[in-house]
Amino acid sequence: MLGVARRRLGSGTVLGQLMQTLRPAAAARTYSAAAKEITMREALNSALDEEMSADPSVFLMGEEVGEYQGAYKISKGLLDKYGPDRVLDTPITEAGFTGIGVGAAYHGLRPIVEFMTFNFSMQAIDHIINSAAKSNYMSAGQISVPIVFRGPNGAAAGVGAQHSQCYAAWYAHVPGLKVLTPYSAEDARGLLKAAIRDPDPVVFLENELLYGESFPVSAEALDSSFCLPIGKAKIERQGKDVTITAFSKMVGYALQAADILAKEGISAEVINLRSIRPLDRAAINASVRKTNRLVTVEEGFPQHGVGAEICMAVVEDSFEYLDAPVERIAGADVPMPYAANLERMAVPQVEDIVRAAKRACYRAVPMAATA
Amino acid sequence: MLLMRRFETAADSLYKSKLIRGFCHLYDGQEAVAVGMESALTRRDAIITAYRDHCLYLARGGDPVSAFAELMGRAGGCARGKGGSMHFYKRDANFFGGHGIVGAQVPLGCGVAFAQRYRKEGTVTFDLYGDGAANQGQLFEALNMAALWKLPVVLVCENNHYGMGTAEWKASKSPAYYKRGDYVPGLKVDGMDVLAVKQACKFAKEHVLAKGPIILEMDTYRYHGHSMSDPGSTYRTRDEIAGIRQERDPIERVRKLLLAHDFATTQELKDMEKEIRKEVDAAIAKAKESPMPDPSELFTNVYVNDCGLESFGVDRKVVRTVLP
Repeated sequence: MLGVARRRLGSGTVLGQLMQTLRPAAAARTYSAAAKEITMREALNSALDEEMSADPSVFLMGEEVGEYQGAYKISKGLLDKYGPDRVLDTPITEAGFTGIGVGAAYHGLRPIVEFMTFNFSMQAIDHIINSAAKSNYMSAGQISVPIVFRGPNGAAAGVGAQHSQCYAAWYAHVPGLKVLTPYSAEDARGLLKAAIRDPDPVVFLENELLYGESFPVSAEALDSSFCLPIGKAKIERQGKDVTITAFSKMVGYALQAADILAKEGISAEVINLRSIRPLDRAAINASVRKTNRLVTVEEGFPQHGVGAEICMAVVEDSFEYLDAPVERIAGADVPMPYAANLERMAVPQVEDIVRAAKRACYRAVPMAATA
Repeated sequence: MLLMRRFETAADSLYKSKLIRGFCHLYDGQEAVAVGMESALTRRDAIITAYRDHCLYLARGGDPVSAFAELMGRAGGCARGKGGSMHFYKRDANFFGGHGIVGAQVPLGCGVAFAQRYRKEGTVTFDLYGDGAANQGQLFEALNMAALWKLPVVLVCENNHYGMGTAEWKASKSPAYYKRGDYVPGLKVDGMDVLAVKQACKFAKEHVLAKGPIILEMDTYRYHGHSMSDPGSTYRTRDEIAGIRQERDPIERVRKLLLAHDFATTQELKDMEKEIRKEVDAAIAKAKESPMPDPSELFTNVYVNDCGLESFGVDRKVVRTVLP
């Protein structure tokens, strides 16, 4: 883990880049000696804590967020610190409590509504879209909705079809929403803080399997004023032969794929989207104009997915720069099965990303007959 | 009430002359609820309702010119033409709309009340819904939380006895909507009597500030159909409608009271009606002068924090913009 972290530090992190522009050698040496790591869980918890501390109108509501310390312990300690008026345990009634959250936002509070997973957000989706996303527009600016809907999204491990869907494409479809997908602890802190401060409704898609993963964080990222801009992707790894876009957990897989590809002489540029809506089309196009090849990676169902939008964005703006058709890696077009071997086939693996990148570089190996 | 009656009648004509498009849900017959409620509240209290919202907007101090302009989709409308009939809002009077999804406004109103309690404002929210919405699951979800957290919300069921075309007894196993709160108390009110409505709302406001939510069922009636596309006669008889107009009309009731107690003369009331007619006609004329919204308005208010975000028209090679 640490080895990967150190390699990552060198190439694409914010601090790595910062060091390159400001003070070359000395600071880099100092930094690697003092690298701090925190888990995604700690990152989210600290972001919630800091924003609740800074602004008394911020409050958290959801199932088990208080006394249980959070279904995934993301809100640990917050009930003790802020009390039951600001950390509310709700009954299992998503439509009701999401509507209440949106109504509170109408009247100027800044609610954070937690869905135990985004699969349950479908029970409340009318409020997210019709009551939250569209209100500022329909009221010509009179009713704004400074709310954050957050929780784990996408596949976990072995939880079956009803608990594994990725909703990035669904929510990113809607004008009036912002949709964020952190990958690293720095993403989690910066984007969640930005989301809470943002005056618009934000859908904040976390990933359960990332909660326990550790990431290096800079001192800057640990500062309570740290915020990342919404709508800007991050180049996690620079490359020149093929662009790989990914978000959330798939960023980690894309980076692993890039390591494997490097051994075969293919230099992959990995873009961590961070923001699905607004999508950083400028960064994606700039990268494709440099590499001339694109692989989009996502965990969710393929049809009408995020990759389809990215492909179209590139075809519209950078068609002449493409040297190969755009490749798409997505979840299998089936409800998520339970059996471990089937589940593995239903979610993208590192070797799938490697294969697609090679195809984009016309270095494909002949495929075995499909089942 | 006269203003509201005249406004809705005028809206009917405007809709028939195709100046109003889409949906138009009229409130005539129900005026006593809006007026009685408003007289029991302050502008710091909040009101939220569904799509039959023109008169609530007027009650909250909304100006008829901007209301007509909004109905006709003009730039001078209260939502600059971007909302339409179902989406009137007046934030500075704590009128939170104007909602098209049946029942959605109930949890939203409980949320407004949540914010009022959170901020210790000492104000309340009147959360309006119809007999059609009264069976919505989210209503009971929100009521449960309102009772648990003692939110200062009054749920007001404007029972006009028909959910679109379905009579209350065909839609609800129990049409005694004031009793449906179970652990939340309820009162049934003659919704055609503006003074009864006022007293009930005063009582309800005090109650919720001290003890948490209450339900008020307003027994009322709408003369028009569900909306302008509904003649209103396929599921009820003309006799029934005429009968209510004869026996229970809210404006007539007040007129009789005023005359009986010598608060006004017949002539004064006639003059008042004439004045209001003129006011409404003038408002329509003024609203008609308002232009259609500028095409750039297509892209305004998508977000509060727009800056630099891209958006696209139908053909993004032709219309592509940075949001203002």
